[in-house]
Amino acid sequence: MPAVSKGDGMRGLAVFISDIRNCKSKEAEIKRINKELANIRSKFKGDKALDGYSKKKYVCKLLFIFLLGHDIDFGHMEAVNLLSSNKYTEKQIGYLFISVLVNSNSDLIRLINNAIKNDLASRNPTFMNLALHCIANVGSREMAEAFASEIPRILVAGDTMDSVKQSAALCLLRLNRSSPDLVPMGDWTARVVHLLNDQHLGVVTAASSLITTLAQKQPDDFKTSVSLAVTRLSRIVSSASIDLQDYTYYFVAAPWLSVKLLRLLQCYPPPEDAALRGRLTECLETILNKAQEPPKSKKVQHSNAKNAVLFEAISLIIHQDSEPTLLVRACNQLGQFLQHRETNLRYLALESMCTLASSEFSHEAVKTHIETVINALKTERDVSVRQRAVDLLYAMCDRSNAKQIVAEMLSYLETADYSIREEIVLKVAILAEKYAVDYTWYVDTILNLIRIAGDYVSEEVWYRVIQIVINRDDVQGYAAKTVFEALQAPACHENLVKVGGYILGEFGNLIAGDSRSSPLVQFNLLHSKFHLCSVPTRALLLSAYIKFINLFPEVKATIQDVLRSDSQLRNADVEIQQRAVEYLRLSCVASTDILATVLEEMPPFPERESSILAKLKKKKGPGNLPETNDSRRNGKVNGSTEPSEKMESSNQCFPSLFADLLPTNRPRPAPSSSIMPSAGTVVSTHPFTDVLNLNPAPSTGASLLIDVFSETSIEASTEMSEDSFHRFICKNNGVLYENHLLQIGLRSEYRQNLGRMYIFYGNKTSAQLLNFSSSVTSSDALKAQLNVQSKAVDPVIEGGAQVQQIINIECVSDFTDAPALNIQFRCSGTLQNISVKLPVMLNKFFQPTEMTSQDFFQRWKQLGDPRQEVQKIFKAKHPMDKDLTKSKIVGFGVALLDAVDPNNENFVGAGIIHTKNTQVGCLLRLEPNIQAQMYRLTLRTSRDTVSQRLCDLLAEQF
Amino acid sequence: MIKFVLMVNRQGQTRLSRYYQPVELNRRATLEADVVRCCLSRKKEQVPEVNTTCGLYTLEPRSATVLCLPTVFVCGVQRLQTGLPSVRGPVHCGRCDRLRASITCHVSQNELSIYELVHNFVEVLDKYFSRVSELDIMFNLDRVHIILDEMIQNGHIVETNKSRILAPLTALDKMTSS
Repeated sequence: MPAVSKGDGMRGLAVFISDIRNCKSKEAEIKRINKELANIRSKFKGDKALDGYSKKKYVCKLLFIFLLGHDIDFGHMEAVNLLSSNKYTEKQIGYLFISVLVNSNSDLIRLINNAIKNDLASRNPTFMNLALHCIANVGSREMAEAFASEIPRILVAGDTMDSVKQSAALCLLRLNRSSPDLVPMGDWTARVVHLLNDQHLGVVTAASSLITTLAQKQPDDFKTSVSLAVTRLSRIVSSASIDLQDYTYYFVAAPWLSVKLLRLLQCYPPPEDAALRGRLTECLETILNKAQEPPKSKKVQHSNAKNAVLFEAISLIIHQDSEPTLLVRACNQLGQFLQHRETNLRYLALESMCTLASSEFSHEAVKTHIETVINALKTERDVSVRQRAVDLLYAMCDRSNAKQIVAEMLSYLETADYSIREEIVLKVAILAEKYAVDYTWYVDTILNLIRIAGDYVSEEVWYRVIQIVINRDDVQGYAAKTVFEALQAPACHENLVKVGGYILGEFGNLIAGDSRSSPLVQFNLLHSKFHLCSVPTRALLLSAYIKFINLFPEVKATIQDVLRSDSQLRNADVEIQQRAVEYLRLSCVASTDILATVLEEMPPFPERESSILAKLKKKKGPGNLPETNDSRRNGKVNGSTEPSEKMESSNQCFPSLFADLLPTNRPRPAPSSSIMPSAGTVVSTHPFTDVLNLNPAPSTGASLLIDVFSETSIEASTEMSEDSFHRFICKNNGVLYENHLLQIGLRSEYRQNLGRMYIFYGNKTSAQLLNFSSSVTSSDALKAQLNVQSKAVDPVIEGGAQVQQIINIECVSDFTDAPALNIQFRCSGTLQNISVKLPVMLNKFFQPTEMTSQDFFQRWKQLGDPRQEVQKIFKAKHPMDKDLTKSKIVGFGVALLDAVDPNNENFVGAGIIHTKNTQVGCLLRLEPNIQAQMYRLTLRTSRDTVSQRLCDLLAEQF
Repeated sequence: MIKFVLMVNRQGQTRLSRYYQPVELNRRATLEADVVRCCLSRKKEQVPEVNTTCGLYTLEPRSATVLCLPTVFVCGVQRLQTGLPSVRGPVHCGRCDRLRASITCHVSQNELSIYELVHNFVEVLDKYFSRVSELDIMFNLDRVHIILDEMIQNGHIVETNKSRILAPLTALDKMTSS
């Protein structure tokens, strides 16, 4: 068997691998591996010094064992030793082991760095390559610190070998990504750009990766790369395939490099210089022409490589979005692929066409392929391809073809895979709303949707249909008639019952003239579904009944009987019971006038972003949703105002969908309290509370009830801001503050003595927040201890939008106070001030430290000075759950040390606080006493102030 | 960029793995098992959405999709040129292909070019080992790593020219034989 091994085969290794392969069972394999591990361990520990060859062999065995899925916890030192060997194979195994197995915070990094330094200085290109690979693979901060200034020099030095340049470029790329602050930008940038001119295509390939990444960050510094990339590209594209013989892959000249250059050009707008621009257009045309030529080889590799370049060129054309002829040609090319026999190409063509559909130049061209795409939807055997077809139909939809597309999607929905049904439902709902010319079609579509895929119709969809019906008088009668008819089906989906209940409750009177849909018939129809529905739907139906009492006094007695029945009045569910009691009482006490006021028709909803679209975006993830391009052209085609269009401009949508059925800017009908004794505590001021959020708009003010409510809510929020400070002691993310206007979310990261905090301000209203400003202030004492720098935020936050602010924090020395975040803005004319304590605490700058029991007690004794210890005994505020406590201690920032304390119930932790001036080691011990429900917390650190502060912070948590 | 390179045999055992984005050691096994399941369980026409993030990308949810790019890679006698694999996952080859390579990359990458990169990698291995087999990979792990390092570094393509890729190894072999 060892014969397979090439070169200086390691016989022991080959035997071992053969043994493993011959193992009959998993158990036998594990046994063999354990035996080998024990053997290697004893060899490493043995007195006899191992020679390089044996070390290499054993390290190689460890690598193989690791590959089989076993954790390797030793051998690192031997691998590091191999680095200093003079033999390439030994050195290489050492580096390989380190790249694969050493993570970036290992304590061996310093030794590794030394070896790397030697190899870099060796001027032996193969050794230099190994060292550079290693930096690129591990890429830790310490390595960056050691080599960040060295590598650019190697990269641009005139005498560096080509292969070393390639490695250096990729290495620099890694360092730039992991520790950008350490890589100095300097005169080397200009010379890196010139690597695109290098005669060695391998160097160009590596350099173009580096430049693309850098150009995404600092486009201005690398602008000159555009002309070089175009020149290089045109040389590749126009070359006969023999010119670049080494880099020609199945008759395609340097396909990977072409793709990279095209990618690089996508970082920039089309070149302004006319000559350059002409040259680029020429390149793109050549690539498109080549696609039409007969293939030079029948091999799939040839067409794949050719098409890889072609698709990248098309993305560039789409990105530039400026040459109508190119766009249309690209579209035609993709159209050919739509019917290609290879699934991959059909898939990619559908995907690219989605983006083409949003360009005004090619939208019409894309539309010509509608039949093919619809056909794909019906015949493709691969669900992912069908999914792309749905996406494309959605993207190419406009007013002219909306009816056809929606109909096709609906018919596809009947057989669609379960995994994509919900998404299709959302898309149909959006298209139907957006391109509805007459709203009867819209209502029909949505009801069909519920009929076909009721389970996949989310709340947002049926909320939205109700919003629209309520806001448009012309469709209300039709809607009532249609839902009435739909409800007559023997089995209908619960969502339909919801829509039916709501719409008949509001507009049942519009169809009551017909004897076939008289009030009693309507009521009986609804009530026949009642018992099959879930509790929330039943509650909604009860609200519909009370509305019926107002609309049709003749059915009052029947409804009162229903409300009075035991199954309602004594229902086990409190919500139903309460509604039954209150509605019954209301119908008995209130006069017709009052009933009419209380139960008047719902006011129109304010026009706002469609929650369905928000949901679709959320589902697809940012950036994945093909933007329908209507915002660009709606001036031409759209006459009427449509709710979903406004939002196209706001990319960020507010995450919460709560406010969808809440008419915020209108006073609600409020009952006078004298006639509704039972309603005092309840939400039944409005019968349809189940779909409403009760957060009151302050402007209403008409109702006493609501005023009381809004006051409590403000109180609650100020309390929360104090409380939330403590919630953030052991965690870094969450909601910092919330009231009815604004939600402040927080995400923070800390590393050593530096921290960065992302603050998200979400506007919960539908109106703009103006003159928005936020600043961070610290007390004078705190300023010296903590540097806080905040970036400015936009002064305007659109309704429902969210903006982000970044705050950089540097801990100079230990501190106790916390900075304050002051926010000021104007909302509907009133100036609002909010002040919140920013949760920056000392423990955020912890770095956990693992140590053994022996070390821990040794250090514990060293910190024996009574001033260094702080102890606190306190009663447990929360249930004394062991796992919870563990996670809190870890969240606090220290390492939780197992098996240190002799008493198993106690928790022991250790960590180091990093400040700019010093580092403070810290040990803690928490002893719970379950019987007494008490804790004893002891902290020992080298500074008394630190001990005290940490003890105070942590004691709050249990 | 490319997230990791993985080669497995038909039984789903890992024969080579290289990560270009840190993944905790204990999560690698599950991740690899997930990818293998995606690749091996697929029938030719039925392509499950390979959108299961495989537990890898919890750090940046939804920004990346796992994409399995297979290659039909035959042990021993001959290479199969059966059906054309879909980009999104490998073709199920009924016969004796014993090892597959898969590369997982950012979804924004040019899929076809990555696909061909895998093919190129296999061709280089073929050239060096003259028709590579699973055993070649197992017994010459270090050399396969050298080849891979010459082609892909840090998740980016560095070299695509076969003879340049093999240059260090050829030099090495010359050194040991003399």
